[in-house]
Amino acid sequence: MNNILNQVGIENYIFLSVILFCIGVFGVLYRRNAIIVFMSIEIMLNAVNLLFVAFSTYHQDAQGQVFVFFSMAVAAAEVAVGLAILVSIFRNMGTIDVGNLKNLKG
Amino acid sequence: MINIPDIANATPIQILFCVLSVITLATAFLTIYSKNPIHSAIYLVISFFSIAGHYLLLNAQFLAIVHVIVYSGAIMILFLFTVMLMNLNKENEVHKPRVTRLGAIVMFCLMCLVLIAIFINSKPIVGDYTTTGEDYQSIKVLGKVLLNEYMVPFEFASVLLLVAMIGAVLLSKKEKLEK
Repeated sequence: MNNILNQVGIENYIFLSVILFCIGVFGVLYRRNAIIVFMSIEIMLNAVNLLFVAFSTYHQDAQGQVFVFFSMAVAAAEVAVGLAILVSIFRNMGTIDVGNLKNLKG
Repeated sequence: MINIPDIANATPIQILFCVLSVITLATAFLTIYSKNPIHSAIYLVISFFSIAGHYLLLNAQFLAIVHVIVYSGAIMILFLFTVMLMNLNKENEVHKPRVTRLGAIVMFCLMCLVLIAIFINSKPIVGDYTTTGEDYQSIKVLGKVLLNEYMVPFEFASVLLLVAMIGAVLLSKKEKLEK
């Protein structure tokens, strides 16, 4: 188990993370449901976290994993506040379609 | 460049990595593609579990456990709770216009191409990965790093979570009408 990067290679982790991140971007652009947009943001955060852990193993340094820990805390806070905002939007407007939220368009 | 490992004599770890990667990517894509938000949430849970499997494969046990607890536990419960609260499990979502969807697909391909090209061409990662046998990611070492060097950010993270909790409660409280 110690030499997993010898067997798998750091490039494969880079490719996996890049494709996962792009899937997240695609979801943000493709869907109109605000909850799915939130899920796509979570996918993007996870792609970056995975790359952090892979490079933390590559450099044999614990600081990358500590950073992932903090970014998980930020993600949890972000989801709590974001979903509360979504609930109050739904209560006021009756929909969470992001295409309908254009009151600030000017 | 991309070196494709020969499938015939792949080690078990390589096979495990490939299987986990396929599960991660496929469920992440299905999260976006499926019409029913409940199905999206279920696929997202599977994707999170397979990412936790990747962490275990990289021998980061602490992060794997925390990932399962935080993401698959707390965040997904929040998502499912919100979906059911809004009664959104109907498949009546209007699609974006065709041009926008086509643009999203083109954007996806271009972004993949550009990012992969950047990572391949910027600095080729050469050389073998050397293990010194030093313990650097057990819970003991992580705890020491977290509470010695990162003491202040750790405390600020707790303040952040407290503020987020208060904010969520205030936001979702029912507004009283002005008298």
